[in-house]
Amino acid sequence: MFCGKEDKLETMELPNDSGDLGSEMEVDAFRRLFPLRFYERHLAESIRPDARPLSRARDTTVALGAVASANGSALAKIGSTTMLAAIKMEVMTPSVELPDEGCIAIEFHMPPICSPLVRPGRPAEVAPVVSKQLSDTILSSGMINLKELSLVSGKAAWMAYLDIYCLDADGALFDAALLSAVAAFSHLQIPVVSLNDDGKIVMLSEEQDDGNLDKGAVNKEKRKIALSSIPFSLTCVLHKNYILADPTAEEESIMETVVTVVLDSSNQLVSLYKPGGPVLARTSVLQDCVALTRQRIKELQNILDEAISGMEVD
Amino acid sequence: MGEMVREDGRTANQLRPLNCSRNILNRAHGSARWRQGDTEVLAAVYGPKAGTKKNENPEKACIEVIWKPQSGQIGKLEKEYEMIMKKTLQSICILTVNPNTTTSIVVQVVHDDGALLPCAVNAACAALVDAGIPMKHLAVAICCCLAESGYLILDPTKLEEQNMKSLAYLVFPNSTTSVCTEEASLVDGEPMEHGIITSVTHGVMLVDNYLHCLERGRAASAKLSDFLRKSLKSQLQSDS
Repeated sequence: MFCGKEDKLETMELPNDSGDLGSEMEVDAFRRLFPLRFYERHLAESIRPDARPLSRARDTTVALGAVASANGSALAKIGSTTMLAAIKMEVMTPSVELPDEGCIAIEFHMPPICSPLVRPGRPAEVAPVVSKQLSDTILSSGMINLKELSLVSGKAAWMAYLDIYCLDADGALFDAALLSAVAAFSHLQIPVVSLNDDGKIVMLSEEQDDGNLDKGAVNKEKRKIALSSIPFSLTCVLHKNYILADPTAEEESIMETVVTVVLDSSNQLVSLYKPGGPVLARTSVLQDCVALTRQRIKELQNILDEAISGMEVD
Repeated sequence: MGEMVREDGRTANQLRPLNCSRNILNRAHGSARWRQGDTEVLAAVYGPKAGTKKNENPEKACIEVIWKPQSGQIGKLEKEYEMIMKKTLQSICILTVNPNTTTSIVVQVVHDDGALLPCAVNAACAALVDAGIPMKHLAVAICCCLAESGYLILDPTKLEEQNMKSLAYLVFPNSTTSVCTEEASLVDGEPMEHGIITSVTHGVMLVDNYLHCLERGRAASAKLSDFLRKSLKSQLQSDS
């Protein structure tokens, strides 16, 4: 469980007899009793307990089409933080003020399985906050043109219900949730609908589609939605002068200052979110966080592109 | 940059008239009303009360923020505000003086005419002082709005907030006066009040625009912190 780097951290009073069980217990006890000092001794060596350099994010994977019954879905993993996002499309009547725009409703769920801090029957405190942040980010980034979700102006438009389930909460929840949401939208296929004789919109299931209803088809084939300027994010933890990218839940709980930067593909700032925390962020620190995010969004864009091209081969 | 005249005749950097009064509620341990133009927020502090809530560290004091909107029930937005306020206030209070206690801050919105969250942070800060909760330093909050053309305005009204492309809520530490020499209070060659406690942004902007917001917000926060200090001082004298 413990690698060689941690053996180096042995408390000074112990002779360096690395390898035997006794010294491993010491490291474990030190970690639990003095978590901050345990981390500081790692940080001084520019390394983290999981053997990552300070500025490296954990391994990230995206799998599209994880939920067969949804119109678009994705499973995103950053380290062990796991998010499942699924989109269901429904036809609704658009509002009077915006007759030719569709709508997106985003909900973030934290079921009790995701973390020992969430108890059954009692909703997690952070869930509505992440939910609000996600809808702010996705809607203000302009990734989706809501006009594209219109079917018949003033009569019918698409309502996209995006639900994100956190399966494992191990830090950087917002990053993983945003990645899964973006991936689900890039996997989304808008179903085929047509106008029937009563002027109502009906869904066409694939078997029914023998061409006898195509007189009023509103969109004749399944189509993808065009995504422009996709937002990606990176969360960093600040401690003294150190910046730790992509923190785990343990790191977030020990070093409490968290900064989340969201940039879109043209490197514009969509959100810079720092809710308090004991460390005051100077301008140069914020610029460093933005620079780290710039590198990270390139990685994330590649991961997403690979997942999409993998789907097209299938 | 050409001068853009704002609806209420202010210049871009001009704040609305500020008003702060403390000790206005009888039963609360501390209370304050903060007015910024037509935006008005009432904050009450109850505590420190014995015991912390679940999942909180009992070795430290716990801060709890309860947001009461002007009307209706609280939704996601209010939950987010509660979380931001809680974390912001946690970072300015000294939590180790009263371990295993809870301090509740109730924020009642009286009228919302833009820059609501900064107004609430300022009100809560004054109320905490009124209640005598131990604090490291004060905090001042400001709202910056950015127009499509890159034009910046401070302390927007509700109408201006809606018409602007993006906005940033920033919370800075209050400038401190201390017996130490000025060099001693510098953190890595910068005064402490240059660091930001909280930043929340809405809408897309360039990174440079954001840095520009920071600069302007910082300049305005100096004015705000002077006002806060002056109003706290004058009321302390009238109390005695």
